[in-house]
Amino acid sequence: MNQKPQHTMSIVNPNTVNLSLKQKLGLCVGVVGLFILILAGCNASFPNKTLFLILSLVLITVGSMIFSNAYLKTSKGIKNDGIWFKSLTSRGTLAWLTGILITTFYIVLYFFPEYLGLGTNGNSNSGLIAFFDPLSKLLNGNPASQWFVYGTLYTLVILIFGYKFILKYRHNRYQQLRTISVMFFQLGFAFLIPEFMSRLNASPNYNLPYYDLKSMWPLNYYLFDSWSINGLLSSGNLGLAMLIFGILSIFIISPILTYKYGKRWYCSWVCGCGGLAETAGDPFRHLSSKKLSAWKIERWLIHTVLVFSVIMTIAVIYSYLMKDPDTYWLSKNAFLLGTAILLTIVFTIVMLFKRHEIGKDASYGAIGYFVIITSLITLYVSGASDHIFLIKSSTLRAAYGFYIGSIFSGVIGTGFYPIFGNRVWCRFGCPMAAILGFQQRLFSKFRITTNGGQCISCGNCSTYCEMGIDVRAYAQKGENIVRSSCVGCGICSAVCPRGVLKLENDSMHGRINSNDILLGNNMDLIDLLNNQQNND
Amino acid sequence: MRLRPTCNKTTLMEHIVIIGNGISGITAARHIRKLSNKKITVISAESEYFFSRTALMYVYMGHMTFEHTQPYENWFWKKNNINLIKAFVKAVDTKTKTLHFSNKAQLNYDKLIIASGSKPNKFGWPGQDLKGVQGLYSKQDLENLEVYAPNNKVCKRAVIVGGGLIGIELAEMLNSRNIPVTFIVRESSFWNNVLPENDSQLITKHIKSHHIDLRLSSNLEEIISDNNGRVQSVIIKETGEEIPCDFVGLTAGVSPSIDFLKPSNIKTNKGVLVNRFLETNISNVYAIGDCAELLEPLENRRSIEAVWYTGRMMGEVIAQTICGKRNAYDPGPWFNSAKFFDIEYQTYGWVNAKKNKPEHEYQFHWSHHDNTKWVTIAYNLHTNTFLGINTFGIRMRHETFNNWLIEKRDIAFVINHLHEANFDPEFFATYHKEIQKAFHNQFQSQI
Repeated sequence: MNQKPQHTMSIVNPNTVNLSLKQKLGLCVGVVGLFILILAGCNASFPNKTLFLILSLVLITVGSMIFSNAYLKTSKGIKNDGIWFKSLTSRGTLAWLTGILITTFYIVLYFFPEYLGLGTNGNSNSGLIAFFDPLSKLLNGNPASQWFVYGTLYTLVILIFGYKFILKYRHNRYQQLRTISVMFFQLGFAFLIPEFMSRLNASPNYNLPYYDLKSMWPLNYYLFDSWSINGLLSSGNLGLAMLIFGILSIFIISPILTYKYGKRWYCSWVCGCGGLAETAGDPFRHLSSKKLSAWKIERWLIHTVLVFSVIMTIAVIYSYLMKDPDTYWLSKNAFLLGTAILLTIVFTIVMLFKRHEIGKDASYGAIGYFVIITSLITLYVSGASDHIFLIKSSTLRAAYGFYIGSIFSGVIGTGFYPIFGNRVWCRFGCPMAAILGFQQRLFSKFRITTNGGQCISCGNCSTYCEMGIDVRAYAQKGENIVRSSCVGCGICSAVCPRGVLKLENDSMHGRINSNDILLGNNMDLIDLLNNQQNND
Repeated sequence: MRLRPTCNKTTLMEHIVIIGNGISGITAARHIRKLSNKKITVISAESEYFFSRTALMYVYMGHMTFEHTQPYENWFWKKNNINLIKAFVKAVDTKTKTLHFSNKAQLNYDKLIIASGSKPNKFGWPGQDLKGVQGLYSKQDLENLEVYAPNNKVCKRAVIVGGGLIGIELAEMLNSRNIPVTFIVRESSFWNNVLPENDSQLITKHIKSHHIDLRLSSNLEEIISDNNGRVQSVIIKETGEEIPCDFVGLTAGVSPSIDFLKPSNIKTNKGVLVNRFLETNISNVYAIGDCAELLEPLENRRSIEAVWYTGRMMGEVIAQTICGKRNAYDPGPWFNSAKFFDIEYQTYGWVNAKKNKPEHEYQFHWSHHDNTKWVTIAYNLHTNTFLGINTFGIRMRHETFNNWLIEKRDIAFVINHLHEANFDPEFFATYHKEIQKAFHNQFQSQI
């Protein structure tokens, strides 16, 4: 049905509400700031680089803030008017242009940093990267790298759009608090702390790697690389403490928090990828596919990436344990055995206690488990070689870094925000999300509760679910939503016009429910059918 | 779930035909399919697939596309062996159990479920059939709205007649496209034929804060045409004022859409008359949802309830009956919900408007100073039994109130346990303490 007569491919939307004078002013200020960055990228020589860098970043920030302040003039409430009419947010020309722009930026960033002005062969930086030298020297004492520029801009984007998001949802404390949280973790943990820490690397023996404490393996897939491990081990107690924290994070801290609050404690309160998706990506959340077919692809893809990342990590660790057995207290065979035991314990517990809950998926889990165990055996049998399924561990690591680390999470994950929605990486690729999701589905108190019979099947919840969950399918059956992919952003609950959805942590008992007849109908009938169901 | 024993071989291929693919008809179809292998056909002249009528407003406002309003993907129907036919039923012959379509085709049924829904009321106003004059009910209404009120250049002003839930939704819709709205309401305060005075007045304030030109105690006299048969203006009865406009929304309620049944043997009044088992006077013919009129209405309730939830519940019940487990329609305590611009409204039990309020009903009212959150709680003055709650801007838990109403809790219990019923998102400010304090202050001062 053609309901959108005015939606041409034209960039200028005939239906746009005119910008207010203040917004135009904000736009001007921001664009001037951006223009300074572009000039810097074109190697303009500024008289005082520091001043211009500050000027540029401040103008961008202030400009966007003035622009966002338009929300303050409107009443508190849901602000989704016209989202499907705007070119940028409905896969129009602007959306494609933006997508292509971000994608090319990522390609240049990952594979051609010299175009951004990265000094190679000992030459000093030029262009955009050199423009950030003063800030980099201030924070970590060294000239900027492409990663420093990226990190700075990434943080700035989260802060700016976080501010906008807080204003947009200023009737909703849950949304505000979790946004403040991601802004804090991005600025502190992902940006400032690692930069300050690298100042400690004064002596050649003290070689802390860049380490974002909140970024856990396997999202932080290079944590167990030999350079990272050696760096941490070479850096005294601090390095050792950080390594231990890294291991505790994934094996102890994360399971406890996920048990209590669901994976949202990480994905939409802490994580940097999630942080960008929730702030800069918010205008694109409705673009995720809700089709059943997309869900099928999601489950295969994300778990394949998880198995890939586990095998890759095992192979990498094994290879350096094998090459320098004297450096580490852990022997290669003890490592293999330990990993096998850990996986077997997890697998057995799930199969013993949760089999009925996962149903058909049990066999897929079994496939994953056996692939990993087989790879462990391969490594053990091959003995002196670090080949796994005939592939060298370093090749595996390089392939993972290239296809998953760069292409999937960066180029596709972020570049395609305006086309596939803002959580493509989190939904289809992130191995960390897969682990947390697995736990959320089976061992967590978290669920989204539906409010009896109040659902009117309008579909706002499903439309605005960035993870592509068909929330309505559950809500209209009065069924709690317990899905491994749910990041607990709480937007479904926010956009619901009838107060049907509530994110809750409650007891595990009766967490997964399904009703044939909804609350509000004949009580005898409901009881009758529910009893029949329980007796089945 | 194993619930198939009721349908034996002889009834295996019984043909169930459902007229109407709204929430009632589709719920019936889905539940019959769950319970049996019967042949199911759903007929609609409005749309190919089931969509949520309540969500049409969000399509116009640009929150969703029309596809998003369809709760099931298109493959769902074939997979579940539910036949869909897009056609208009012209007549029903109950003797030969045949449906006659406007395209001359015919269809036989073994059992017929009428779920044909409503149509917007028109009270014989002069000019009510002009171009640019319409209700907001069907998919076609939405399409026409896009023609006559796509933006504030084509439609410089819109007039809405009738202050119910659809009227206020239409006002919000037009407002989202910056079309100035004049809202003509018969009542002296918005929806005070349903809401208690306090609730109604706060909503009235909220409507005005969204720059709606709300005309209370006003009636429509006439809609005036231009030379091309399009609406040009309306005249208000009380003042004689002429308001130029390009669109008129008629939202003075809905009534059953059953014209096609008039020549048949099926007994009708305003709606299709049914007993508590949703059976009509003709055996094997049933009616559910907006178009059904109960011969013996439920206690406190009207004989026709054009509400999403009751339609769904009737669909759930009729499926049991069709599949051999004859069940009366006997819903639990009344509940409903709506949204007035930014303010969500839920109601559980009965809180009566002034004109219907029985002598024993006392209403306790609390409102937050920002006028976006308030509750009105009704209880029996003699027995102190809790009767119902209207809650605005604070979400409450259906299950909790459902239980309290069934258990006939007293007002003190409800007030003291209000926090258990809260359904607002985490970290939201809570108001139960303030409400309790206000209640106890008032209560003591009364003694």
